[in-house]
Amino acid sequence: MAIDIGQFVQTFFEESLEGLDIMEAGLLALPPGAADLEQINTIFRAAHSIKGGSGTFGFKEVTDFTHVMETLLDKMREGQLAVTGEAVNSLLESVDCLREMLMAVRQNTDIDNARVGDLQGRLTQLLERKGAASGTADATGHRGPVASQPLPPAGGWLIGFRPHLDLMHRGNDPVRIFRELAALGDLTVRPDFSRLPRLAEMQPEDCYLAWELELRGDAGHEAVTEVFAWVEDDCDLSIEALVETIVPPATGKTAAEEPGQGELLLERRGGDRRKSDRRGSGAAADGGSIRVGIDKVDAVINLVGELVTTQSMLSALGVDFDMDRIDKLHEALDQLDRNTRDLQEHVMRIRMLPVSSVFSRFPRMVHDISEKLGKRVELQISGEQTEIDKTVIEKIGDPLIHLVRNSLDHGIEPPGERGTKPQTGIITLNAYHKSGSIFIEVGDDGRGLDRDALRRKGLDSGLLRPGEEYSDEQIHELIFHPGLSTAKQISDVSGRGVGMDVVRRNIQDVGGNIQIASQPGRGSMITICLPLTLAILDGQLVSVGQDCYIIPLLSIVESVQIRAEAINRMAGKCEVLRFRGQHLPILRLYELFGAEDAVTDLEKGLLVVVEADGRQVGLFVDDLQGQQQVSIKSLEKNFRRVSGVAGATILGDGRVGLILDISGLIRVNNAAM
Amino acid sequence: MATILIVDDSASMRQMVEFTLKEAGHQVMVAEDGLAALNLAKGAASDLVITDVNMPNMDGITLIRELRALPAYKFTPILTLTTESTTDKKMEGKGAGATGWIVKPFNPEKLLATVNKVLG
Repeated sequence: MAIDIGQFVQTFFEESLEGLDIMEAGLLALPPGAADLEQINTIFRAAHSIKGGSGTFGFKEVTDFTHVMETLLDKMREGQLAVTGEAVNSLLESVDCLREMLMAVRQNTDIDNARVGDLQGRLTQLLERKGAASGTADATGHRGPVASQPLPPAGGWLIGFRPHLDLMHRGNDPVRIFRELAALGDLTVRPDFSRLPRLAEMQPEDCYLAWELELRGDAGHEAVTEVFAWVEDDCDLSIEALVETIVPPATGKTAAEEPGQGELLLERRGGDRRKSDRRGSGAAADGGSIRVGIDKVDAVINLVGELVTTQSMLSALGVDFDMDRIDKLHEALDQLDRNTRDLQEHVMRIRMLPVSSVFSRFPRMVHDISEKLGKRVELQISGEQTEIDKTVIEKIGDPLIHLVRNSLDHGIEPPGERGTKPQTGIITLNAYHKSGSIFIEVGDDGRGLDRDALRRKGLDSGLLRPGEEYSDEQIHELIFHPGLSTAKQISDVSGRGVGMDVVRRNIQDVGGNIQIASQPGRGSMITICLPLTLAILDGQLVSVGQDCYIIPLLSIVESVQIRAEAINRMAGKCEVLRFRGQHLPILRLYELFGAEDAVTDLEKGLLVVVEADGRQVGLFVDDLQGQQQVSIKSLEKNFRRVSGVAGATILGDGRVGLILDISGLIRVNNAAM
Repeated sequence: MATILIVDDSASMRQMVEFTLKEAGHQVMVAEDGLAALNLAKGAASDLVITDVNMPNMDGITLIRELRALPAYKFTPILTLTTESTTDKKMEGKGAGATGWIVKPFNPEKLLATVNKVLG
């Protein structure tokens, strides 16, 4: 039977990458000097699994590299090798290297052999330095044959097999051994009853018999030994060439062929199969996969069950329907509504992953960078079990890295400059759910934003007007403008051209927004607000002329009717509404989208006050329609990107409605002014 | 066909072994560590146990010892999954009562050949 093991490669990659995360976390938590046996064991186990899997799936480079790591870890576990900072760092680098190797194998690209070789050399050096390399567990594991030298091939073998009494206690069975030998040649079995006790003394579980076996044929010595491999410690065994048979020269090849065949097999394993595996894995990698807890799947199955029940209820009602049963119909439709909503919610949940998959990379990063910068930093992570849509998770990794780097580089002061604060700086990563959104906070107790420097930069670049008063929020907002970095010198860690503007854009791309709060000398806190999911949105439908637009419900502050006397016309053509003590810019949607037959008199329509990135504007619309959940279809995929529009959806009556992107609209409006 | 208990903490290994044995018509029980396997074993007998050695919660060696203490598993063949580098593990397994071992890496054909060898 030919079984394609390529189908399991995807699982192997997933569990190996998880294993690497475990190794990394374990290594970071390993206190130098004192060997925490449990911790080392966990790390060892992860390495061991990767090695076993990569061997099975034919990724030889990975197997070889992991083998060295595993040997080193084994020595640490056995206490033969000290847990030094150097060893831990080398292992951490090896984890990175292994991760890259796995990615390369997965994507069928080349492995960086120079790096692998270098690290492998360093690990070996560590091993050798402790003199631990001698007699490594490296040996191929072939226990020598029972006879110390391989015997000359013969026309057959005479085997003396005298099991110990307890041979069968380990599940071994002499009959199995005979069966196997019989497959190798012509077998004659001669039992030896001499050990058989009297019936009364006989223990039914013990093996009293012994045998003399004569195997004729051209089976090699190794093949015969192999049959007894599992029991060689459970018996007295002798394997001798059948002397009375004349050895035909032709059979002399057999033994020589044996290793040859072994090599051939190995080569095939290393060559052909790996190639096909790689192809298979490459294809699988493209699709992407997700690990889902069984409880989530069960919940969906459960709900589908309920849905089926509702459906059959409705079917039954449909047969000979009369108006008397209208109440029943309503009831069933309500139930359908409930089922659909529940099902939707649970299906969405399948896509949700704990944010820990992103957070877990930070301990290592903070460890490395703080060391490089000579700062003392403690990373505090909380809420890592908060679940976020998989797509969002994939997109927020880079922005978060940037934010944490910023905190490390610019936020936390070097020791000695922290005044009365503890010398060890604290960076916090926190995630939580609140009112239908996910919040992620990146905080530090460092020096905070330099308000004066920012203000100067703002004035220099013309973003701020001289002489005007600006709130802290407005000043802090400046860090999100392209090309506005207050870092006095560009360092290796951050300030490499990727600015906060890119961070903000990345966050906005997944429908989120970002805000910063900062106090001089006390630190900064950046809050990212993300939608629970990218696929469905709670929307407020509004009408503008003949068209219908959807405003994300989360961004709506309130909707108001306008009195003409509350409106001021500013220089240029910008209209503002005096509203709750502030001036609210008015955006006429019909103008923006060129809608016909729309209400143009401000007093006759409605103003929907929306907020994004800490700023509010009023969107002027004809009227409000219902609120509903809409599924988001990408406009970019089907048309092109339109600023101010986040996507489209198909409405209940079949029309297409555009979903407004509030931050985009505010930017468009600002640009127009 | 036979009922076989598979114990491995690696999902890809479990999947591969399970798939291979099911394809060959065997009934398969799966556990992801020794503890889970022991609980399964207490509820059902099997004709063969194939277990990894390095596992969290309960390792393969302990599992074998515990299984041998169960009347239903006293003579059941138990094979360990082991890498070539850990020769002493093979022996440790034997010491605990394992019947034999399957050396990693292995392919489905080799696995089936070994299983058939044991089951006869």
